[in-house]
Amino acid sequence: MNMKMIKARLAAWWRGEEDLTEELYGSPRPEEAPAVPDTPLPRLHSTFVIAHTELRAFRWLYAVLSAVFCLIIIGTMLYAVTYMPPYGSADTPTINEVFDRYVEQGMAETGAVNTVAGMILDYRAFDTLGESFVLFTATCTVIILMKDDPDLKKKKHPYFVDYRYDPIVHSIGSLLIPVLLVFGAYILFNGHLSPGGGFSGGAVIGSALMLYAMIFGEERATRVISERVIQTVVLCALGFYALSKSYSFFTGANHLTSIIGPGTPGNIFSAGLILPLNVAVGCVVACTMYTFYILFKRGRLS
Amino acid sequence: MYEVLIVLLLAGLVVAAISTALTRRLLTAVIIYAAYSSIMAIIWILLESPDLAITEAAVGAGVSGILFYLTLRRLNRIDRDQPEEPLPKEEDSSHEHEDD
Amino acid sequence: MRFGENGLINFEEMAAIILFAIGFTTLLFNRNLIKKIIGMNIMDTGVYLFLASMGFIFDREAPIITDGVTDADRYINPIPSGLVLTGIVVSVSVTALMLSLTVRLYEKYRTLNLDEIYMLSHNRGGKP
Repeated sequence: MNMKMIKARLAAWWRGEEDLTEELYGSPRPEEAPAVPDTPLPRLHSTFVIAHTELRAFRWLYAVLSAVFCLIIIGTMLYAVTYMPPYGSADTPTINEVFDRYVEQGMAETGAVNTVAGMILDYRAFDTLGESFVLFTATCTVIILMKDDPDLKKKKHPYFVDYRYDPIVHSIGSLLIPVLLVFGAYILFNGHLSPGGGFSGGAVIGSALMLYAMIFGEERATRVISERVIQTVVLCALGFYALSKSYSFFTGANHLTSIIGPGTPGNIFSAGLILPLNVAVGCVVACTMYTFYILFKRGRLS
Repeated sequence: MYEVLIVLLLAGLVVAAISTALTRRLLTAVIIYAAYSSIMAIIWILLESPDLAITEAAVGAGVSGILFYLTLRRLNRIDRDQPEEPLPKEEDSSHEHEDD
Repeated sequence: MRFGENGLINFEEMAAIILFAIGFTTLLFNRNLIKKIIGMNIMDTGVYLFLASMGFIFDREAPIITDGVTDADRYINPIPSGLVLTGIVVSVSVTALMLSLTVRLYEKYRTLNLDEIYMLSHNRGGKP
């Protein structure tokens, strides 16, 4: 059944010649009590006409208004860009005392060689806690919204290929997944010394888990990483993060000094709380990505 | 040299964005979006932000693309064109019907 | 109205604004929900490109302290990188949320076109 036929049948339904309510909504249309034979589906037709004319008027107005809006916004922004300080110069307003403080004092205060990691997980750790909770909330909402695919059981999917027995995909995958996991763990644990950190490492580990589930099947993946494991890991990571940063509430909201000192910059066990916080954020991000994959593929976690 | 390279990459970004908006097949749009994210990762390297490059390559080109693909697969839209026709011209026939 | 003199020097910001514009027009004018979500992602990356190009300085290195030199004249601005890093990861969760909402809309109305969804929602089995 192609799109043209569907269009034609929908148009017939709108004209009132055919009743598609059962196919569209899954339940038969309720019988109206005394059906007048001369005027078939009067209200359906009239609502259609009203909606159609409304929609036409609205679409014309919408197109004009949004074109004007786009042009105004884009013109204003392009005009503003021509007055901005030149690209790549060192004396812009963004290079201020905050930048000096982060670069010059950052390593001594936080112990992190990577200034970005020191910034987002020490100076602005509370902000990153909020980000982790955004990911957690998004996962919960997707779990609520996604349901089992009803069509998946009825028909064999035309794109279904069992990659477990595919010689190319299987061998490349089993070669690639350990490398990806090790690389992700490296940039996760080395986030305060080199580029990387919780977000990038978590995303790479999540991609490796997704690849595993893609090649070896979700049954096998969810046997290893079940719903229970995901719940435990995410809750432990978020709870650890919240507890380890909540002491700032009891010390006058000045959480620049920590119980754990910065240590020697450059060592793997240094930089105070940044390494465990990186691991916590990485766990949350990896579990979120993997959960998204499983939910979009199957509709449920277990 | 740096300027030439980055201007070429930015032009590639703009072309990819426009062709994403104009292609009719949704799967093609998703694949072009993944390519767009890969170009973006190279631009992050040139802007001296390696953290962003790793994250963009893993998240933008990998996870987002796979999520879009899984959605299309779930909606059975993979081999179908985007139904981008205008609204069915129903006004005349509906007026006739109203006269009945 | 007179334009400033930095229009062509700021090509990076110009490209960011153009990407934002492309994403914004896709979001407003395309009627397909998936295309709208892709347009929103392109808009996001335009904003990120703008932020990161504000922090870039010529002939300086990434903000990773090498050889113990903590001289502010050697590194680029780390603040936009930190902001964008969190933004990229949040944008993928927003994408997943919007895609799941799209799946639910499709399961109810069997179409991805916003106009058809509007008309079908006004046509609920004869009851307006």
